[in-house]
Amino acid sequence: MAQYEIKINGKAHQVDVAPDTPILWVLRDHVKLLGTKFGCGIGQCGACTIHVDGVATRSCSLPISSVGESSIITIEGLSENNDHPVQKAWVEHDVPQCGYCQAGQIMNAAAFLDQNPHPSDSEIDKAMNGNICRCGTYVRVKKAIKTAAEQG
Amino acid sequence: MTFIKTKYNRRSFLKASTAAGGGMLLGFNWLVSCSPTAEQLLQMPEEWFDVNAFLKIGNNGVVTIMSPNPEIGQNVKTSMPMIVAEELDVEWKNVIVEQANYDIKKYERQLAGGSDSIRKGWQSLRMAGATARRMLLEAAAKEWSVPVSELTTEAGVIKHSSGKSAGYGEMASAAVQITVPEEVQLKDPKDFKIIGTPTKNVDGQKISKGEPLFGLDYQSEGMLTAMIVHPPAFGMRLKSVNDSAARAMSGIKDIITIDCLPDGTEKLWSDVNAFPELVAVVGDSTWEVMKAKKALEIEWEVVSEGESTTDYKDALSKLLEGSADEPARKDGNPEEAFKNAAKVIEQTYSAPFLAHNTMEPMNFFADVTKEKAELAGPIQTPEYLSKTVASVLGLPEDKVSIAMTRMGGGFGRRLYGNFGVEAALISQKINAPVKLIYSREDDMTQGTYRPAYEVKYRAALDEENNLIGFQIRGAGVNGSPVFANRFPAGAIDNYMVENFNLESNISTGAWRAPSSNFIAYAEQSFLDEIAEAIGKDPLDFRLELFEKAISNPVGEKNDYDAKRYAGVLKLIKEKAQWGTKKAGVSRGVSAYFCHNSYVAQVVDVVMKDGEPVIQKVWCAVDCGIVINPEGALNQIEGGIIDGIGHAMYSGLTFNKGKSDQNNFNKYRLIRHQEAQMEIESFFVDNGMDPTGLGEPSLPPVAAAVSNAFYAATGKRVTSQPFVENM
Ligand code: FES
Ligand code: FES
Repeated sequence: MAQYEIKINGKAHQVDVAPDTPILWVLRDHVKLLGTKFGCGIGQCGACTIHVDGVATRSCSLPISSVGESSIITIEGLSENNDHPVQKAWVEHDVPQCGYCQAGQIMNAAAFLDQNPHPSDSEIDKAMNGNICRCGTYVRVKKAIKTAAEQG
Repeated sequence: MTFIKTKYNRRSFLKASTAAGGGMLLGFNWLVSCSPTAEQLLQMPEEWFDVNAFLKIGNNGVVTIMSPNPEIGQNVKTSMPMIVAEELDVEWKNVIVEQANYDIKKYERQLAGGSDSIRKGWQSLRMAGATARRMLLEAAAKEWSVPVSELTTEAGVIKHSSGKSAGYGEMASAAVQITVPEEVQLKDPKDFKIIGTPTKNVDGQKISKGEPLFGLDYQSEGMLTAMIVHPPAFGMRLKSVNDSAARAMSGIKDIITIDCLPDGTEKLWSDVNAFPELVAVVGDSTWEVMKAKKALEIEWEVVSEGESTTDYKDALSKLLEGSADEPARKDGNPEEAFKNAAKVIEQTYSAPFLAHNTMEPMNFFADVTKEKAELAGPIQTPEYLSKTVASVLGLPEDKVSIAMTRMGGGFGRRLYGNFGVEAALISQKINAPVKLIYSREDDMTQGTYRPAYEVKYRAALDEENNLIGFQIRGAGVNGSPVFANRFPAGAIDNYMVENFNLESNISTGAWRAPSSNFIAYAEQSFLDEIAEAIGKDPLDFRLELFEKAISNPVGEKNDYDAKRYAGVLKLIKEKAQWGTKKAGVSRGVSAYFCHNSYVAQVVDVVMKDGEPVIQKVWCAVDCGIVINPEGALNQIEGGIIDGIGHAMYSGLTFNKGKSDQNNFNKYRLIRHQEAQMEIESFFVDNGMDPTGLGEPSLPPVAAAVSNAFYAATGKRVTSQPFVENM
């Protein structure tokens, strides 16, 4: 066990966990931020996507010992009032079915649009390929990203 | 005008549950506390009046509608309350939706399965809304001393011809004193305002904010985390555990063994479980428990032989070589027809096991004491879970409560609540509240899988290319996928179905559109093969078969309405402009009926770098009245992508009872880049009572794809997954 201070959604949090603890479980079990989801644990599904210094990152495969001073943003911290362009587009297009993958989809899409505000179709497809949606909402995910790109 | 008997004395849901007149404060439990949005909190009334089990009205006119059924992504949490709101005649923006807990006394069928929530809930949901509206009207009539017949309602306001009016909120306290009427009037569907209006998912905002809605997010004071270890292969069971290293690890509270189906347990249909004896690790946090699991030294023993993919493939093929003792259906004289045939066409289709792979792995919360068991989590069948938990724990059934969380997918996996029983047993044994979590590997290797299937079709043609005989032999692991009385039964004079069962120790169960998810592919591919052999357009050939089934049906037990079936085909023919050639586009058609809804699809395929690529799916659906067009379209799209994805890419294979895939690095699911086809859907507008949409769009699509692939490449794919068999 070791003491860590990590910055999540602009706030410092102290946790006492083993150095190999993935940020996913630090968020869910210790900080009680439950929006970041567990899907596979091996970096294959994207359900656990967060931003680390603005970069979309799989929190299931990121041990706390490697985070240091980095700034972590989770779905809860993406916007104050659910008004990030991506969140708004998600609601407008009624993207979710079960909804479980959607926090990861949104976080991945938001980081992607930050880096590429006016993406082509194939750039979107490539960027989103790591996020599995078992319910098959892919078509709406794409539409929502295009709307967010126009409005963001 | 439709009047409906409320039979209220037999329908306890229509009775107010609190003492009449007594307002009830909204109880905040965990599930509800994260429920209302900020705007909703602003409009929270001071007092609620429970009119019946489905709804309560606030003194300010805000209405809370309970969604009775489990939500697995099929969107019933939006569509079911819409039906109540419609008959109550309120504005949707003034409605707050709350997920009901499992409550057998109040609700009739709290189950997510068979695409039946809407179809079976339709009457009671309408009745709940209409009864409440009537009670409000009677309360107003009494207060204003006017006949009820002079009153009308509009958007949550009661109006009298004199101009007098009152909001529902003002009448709510008086309404709960009114005797439940014996008969109520339902709206004429042409007056529907909410039903038929595209309406956003009631949890859409919460999902995009990442609110804790799911079972895995459930929190309770003092709760511990548990994970299980099950045998590494089917046919094995626990022999012994050495847990000394694991016990010493940080954060570990206990390591126990449990038996979920002890001798003498009366097994329900939902108690499918190949691994009832388990090791459970309990600790403070998930990561600590995950690490301790790896430190366990467990010995397993073989109880029955582990099977490999080649074993069951061979065994299924072998079954199809014989004939069944008793055909499942026989019309006319098929033997004679095949003997006299000028030509016989034959094809065998097969598909592998599939895992459900809900995005949210299995999990459940349980807090069991000597007196009672409180459970919460994602379950499609709370009633059956409750029964099994009561019997395994030795508690009376009314001492078991289940709160239903939103589910990160179901697809049939959560019909089988073994994980809920496991959570309850662990909690009982360690005497603490506990949340059980499966890892993805635990989840994928302990399944109630879609079985592997093989089916052989034969068609007999005479000299003039008339279809004179049809024979199906179907075999599957733990059951054949062939429905004896579905189309094309009824459309062909000499017809025979034979079913074969291959018993296996691999556990299988319902997987989205059970059996249909495979048989539609085989049947609708084979019809194309016949159409080609006789030189007919595949769509027109199907319509001819339906003509026969309409005008001169064969046999009596045909499980479909040939007119509605033909109706969706005709609609898609028109909408997709079937028959007009588009340069570079190859097309396939398919139609299927299951779960009381009819679907026809056309798939357009183009060749890219020598590979067929799906460009567009056209889909016609007859599900009667469409409650929520927005949610309906989303379900249809999801079913289509799910159907394409699993037909194209997925499969679970076994080696001596152990699955070769245990996570998404080895088990292939359709991904974003592969799912970029356009989907356009059309509904048959016939005003009939609504049927479900959670499943019906999935089954036909694989055949529409394979038929289009054939048109594009000249090669027929007869085995799934397509990518491995093209
Ligand atoms: S849980 Fe991290 S990628 Fe799947
Ligand atoms: S919405 Fe269910 S997994 Fe994506």
